[in-house]
Amino acid sequence: MTRRSRRSALAAAAVAAAVVLSACGAGGRPDGGSGTDAAPAVGITDTSVKIGAHFPLTGVAAPGYSEIPTGAKAYFDFVNAAGGINGRTIDYVFRDDAYNPTQTSQVVNELVLQDQVFALLGGLGTPTHSAVLDYLNSEGVPDLFVSSGSLLWDQPAKNPQTFGWQPDYEIEGKIVGQYVAQNFPQAKVGLFLQDDDFGRDGELGARRFLDKQIVAAERYTPGNTDVAPQIAALQAAGADLVIGFNVPSYTALSQLQSLRLNYKPQWIYSNVGSDPGLVGSLLARFSEGAVTDAGLLDGVITTEYLPGVDAPDDPWVQLFQRVWDEHGGDGELTNYRIYGMSQAYTFVQALQAAGADPTRESIVAAVERSGAQFQGPWVAPFRYSADRHAGVSGVEVARITGGTTESLTPVLVTDNGDAPITEATGEPAAPPANGIPAAPPAG
Amino acid sequence: MSQQTDEPAAAQASSPVATGAPRPGPLAAVRRRLPRSTFGRHALVVLLALVAVVLVLELTSPFRNSQFATMSYYAIAAAGLTVLTGLNGQISLGHGALMAVGAYTTGLLLGDDGTGLPLLLVMVIAAAVTALVGAVVGAAAARLHGPYLAGATLALAVAVPGLAIYFDHTLGGEQGLPVASPDVPDWFADAVYFLSANETPTAKYLAYLGWGTLLVVLLLLANLMAGRIGRVWRAVRDDEVAAELAGIRLGRVRVLAFVVSAVCAGLAGSVLGVVVRLAAPSGFTIVLSLGLLTAVVVGGLGSLEGALLGSALLVFLPPAVTNLGIGAGLDGTQAAQLAPFVYGVVLVLVMLLAPSGAVGVVKKLWNRSRTNRRGPSTRRTG
Repeated sequence: MTRRSRRSALAAAAVAAAVVLSACGAGGRPDGGSGTDAAPAVGITDTSVKIGAHFPLTGVAAPGYSEIPTGAKAYFDFVNAAGGINGRTIDYVFRDDAYNPTQTSQVVNELVLQDQVFALLGGLGTPTHSAVLDYLNSEGVPDLFVSSGSLLWDQPAKNPQTFGWQPDYEIEGKIVGQYVAQNFPQAKVGLFLQDDDFGRDGELGARRFLDKQIVAAERYTPGNTDVAPQIAALQAAGADLVIGFNVPSYTALSQLQSLRLNYKPQWIYSNVGSDPGLVGSLLARFSEGAVTDAGLLDGVITTEYLPGVDAPDDPWVQLFQRVWDEHGGDGELTNYRIYGMSQAYTFVQALQAAGADPTRESIVAAVERSGAQFQGPWVAPFRYSADRHAGVSGVEVARITGGTTESLTPVLVTDNGDAPITEATGEPAAPPANGIPAAPPAG
Repeated sequence: MSQQTDEPAAAQASSPVATGAPRPGPLAAVRRRLPRSTFGRHALVVLLALVAVVLVLELTSPFRNSQFATMSYYAIAAAGLTVLTGLNGQISLGHGALMAVGAYTTGLLLGDDGTGLPLLLVMVIAAAVTALVGAVVGAAAARLHGPYLAGATLALAVAVPGLAIYFDHTLGGEQGLPVASPDVPDWFADAVYFLSANETPTAKYLAYLGWGTLLVVLLLLANLMAGRIGRVWRAVRDDEVAAELAGIRLGRVRVLAFVVSAVCAGLAGSVLGVVVRLAAPSGFTIVLSLGLLTAVVVGGLGSLEGALLGSALLVFLPPAVTNLGIGAGLDGTQAAQLAPFVYGVVLVLVMLLAPSGAVGVVKKLWNRSRTNRRGPSTRRTG
């Protein structure tokens, strides 16, 4: 074949390709949009509603946190066994993101596009959930009850679909700060902070009451397991009371390091970092068996907003124990499973509040409208309204002794900024006999 | 330079010349009509691949589109890594960190609400910044060998995410730097609609963006590998002394290979940033670097097809295994734990049974079947 004929053959092929492409294509858009049709309800049918979540089920953050979705699943199974909500069973899908934002974005894509979930429930972690915040809001997927105390979730103007759930770190810091100012007025206070929003928000709250008492604020970088410089600096500054806004592994590390330095301040850990069961197992692992239980935590002060497994007489714990015995998998009921069940309980209330035929819009509206009246195992009401998407409004201060906790204060309620701290009014809610929240009165 | 141990990809690229006289048969007839220049041949393949990409993206669901977008940035980085490790013989455990440089640059330049520079320009700048970092790292790496090189690049992988936490006011700290997701340009949506009568949601646009970048990267890399620079890289890999005797300056060649590889990683990071919409330290841990290396090894070291195959495995295998596990009655947690396990088993099996990777096996089978068909007289001598 000569060069010339080859060239013309190529040209012919190109023309043919162009003709085929334009023939099989649509050519142009039809005039007049058809995009105004109401989208069919996603993830919800007359008999089921599908919701999704992302949790670290593998990797470094998995111990503890991977139990949360098993708790939620057990509670939904319990509800489904009782006939579901308004005739709909709840199909709960949770996927592993290994606490890696890149993977969170993948699994949330999978949940929203492939699994076609109605809503997300309790996605865990500040960096992980940040990665999908814009996406969920631009897709209009209700993003309910994020498992993190960051203030990011309370931005209804920017993120109308996203709701926080647990008390944010700022109000926790405020309540701890006031408690210390009232009960340890002479203490020299040191702060042990995770170097991100968690530590920053907690410090902000604590400084409202303790600014004059604070002698040192030391920050650690998550991932760096050497906290010797920080603990030594706190000791050198003469701090005799240390408030830690840190995750459980750093509770264990800071305890072991102060043991090594023979440093014995009064420790106060935020709720996040104080689960005795998890910290105990971490202590045993980090110390290679030298410390075998959470005994080091005896006398440590913390905060609580949910009943824990150390209070087996609490009616909510009894309910959750029953749920776990009937529908749980392997293992015991833990505080993390109670956390998951409590979130599931909140979701059931939201679903009921959204009426007989919930849509993505109506469930968001329902949480804004009646979320502040939701009653459950949490000690203080949510702060949901049309312009607030903040979670539980209070905590109580408690002391860990012998593996259980004793309350030091009544439930204290406050809000972000300079809102005053008040004692909670009203009786603690009692669980319904059948364990499923009653549908709220219409309207 | 053309010896029997030459790379499969290069062997394929140079085979029409190397085999001498044209053979009869339909294959040879097709081969004769191919463009004579290497670039032309590669461009033709890329053009066909582009058609395939359009077909696949238009025919698959939005979720698959998003998976393809994910695969594209892994593949871009893996292609760069396979050139570095397979062709130049330098190992890098720090490519995750180089991707982080690309992703953070993209995030900073795009601005909070995407009102910064245009995306393509941002991607070019991200690649340039990463190239700069790659040149610095490469200069250090060029002096190191084997485990020392692995150690130095490992340090990079550990240190760079730490920088993001240290400069948390600019880089967002632990919770990361949001990256504005680009809007779909109207002309692009119109063009896609013109072809397929489908609308273009962001997920699909990002998949096009990623694959467009990937194809350009593959085209350029394939040319580089087939040309003089590729031969020099292979020469350095195979025998340093011989290469030096032939007048090749080892240090310069190694740094160049590292820079080229870093540019790929930077582009990959840039695509990752806009696809994930976030650049966070926990997204660029050593796990990412190791994942890229396993993708390259499983696919077949030194081959671009292998890098593609390996990244496909990286993206599609874990969810598939998880869903299989759930289908088999495991609960969610167990099924999630199954995925890394199966991935590990696959890696071990590949190492044991096919050390040259999937592409190596395919090539071997292909060559064997051809030898059998044609008899020993047409045995290729390269």
